[in-house]
Amino acid sequence: MRNRRFFAAFLLVALLVAGVASYYASSHPDGLEYVAGKTGFLDSAEDSPTADSPLADYQTSGVDNERLSGGLAGVVGVLLVLGIAGGLAWGVRRRTPAEETVADDKDEATV
Amino acid sequence: MHVPDGFLDAPTSVATGVVAAGVVGLALTKARNELDDRTAPMAGLVAAFVFAAQMINFPVGAGTSGHLLGGALAAVLVGPWTGVLCISVVLLVQGLFMADGGITALGTNITLMGVVGVATGWLVFAGVRAVLPKKLGSIAPAAAVGALLSVPVAATVFTLLFAIGGQAPVETGKVFTAMVGWHLLIGVGEAVVTFLVVGSVVAARPDLVHGARGLLAGRELEIRKVAA
Repeated sequence: MRNRRFFAAFLLVALLVAGVASYYASSHPDGLEYVAGKTGFLDSAEDSPTADSPLADYQTSGVDNERLSGGLAGVVGVLLVLGIAGGLAWGVRRRTPAEETVADDKDEATV
Repeated sequence: MHVPDGFLDAPTSVATGVVAAGVVGLALTKARNELDDRTAPMAGLVAAFVFAAQMINFPVGAGTSGHLLGGALAAVLVGPWTGVLCISVVLLVQGLFMADGGITALGTNITLMGVVGVATGWLVFAGVRAVLPKKLGSIAPAAAVGALLSVPVAATVFTLLFAIGGQAPVETGKVFTAMVGWHLLIGVGEAVVTFLVVGSVVAARPDLVHGARGLLAGRELEIRKVAA
């Protein structure tokens, strides 16, 4: 698969997972929170200083539809992470071409 | 496994902050060897995917859930140093924008998931890869074993930090047993997701998988030998 198509497919999967599938995630506490509750140190948790952020708890403030609110927060988060991590990686990358041959023109099996 | 503010005292949080800053600083220089024009976009995509996957909590029984940590997955796909950067960016965005994981606890979370998770995932992967046949089909299973162990190891390190700087008087043994027990189960989920994702990328574009470097050159040589 060409680079651009592969990258686009990868991004699409991430957007669908964060924007659509996340609605169906389990709402049970995660392992740490559960253990904290069971063994008795959950009360020592403090609210995050960013608890009032417009995307806090993966919900978009002002959007009432739960599915849309969570999906939007997920999509914005994916794009933020993509931009920051991708930009960082692009900034520190080697400027010389890689030693391995580029498989750009190969059109292999899809994901 | 996102630690909120308040679980650990200030000295412990400062110490993990120093560890996190040091390793991320080192990763910024070391990741250079893992990244080029082709693989740099992969780093952004892998980080974005880990962020997305962390939104999917899967039930592990008795009212508990877990989600991918992504350390082994990122390390195998883009390299361990780049993996540290990817997971750190995910945790930064989650802490700053989603209020997931504390702010004073950011160093703790980067240490647990970005450093311990990635390092365990990568080292176990490399060890398993070394004893498996030298072929592409070995990459995803080796990554899955790394993923499986990375979660309980990170849970163990959390317990250590809690024993040192926990803000509530809870017996360390109790915390340890519960943390490792549940996170072994979550590790199984981590292994399944890592196996599927790494396996898919290996199938589509093995040349973009850091953990498969070296195997491709070998494969090409083999083909030439057969053809000749």
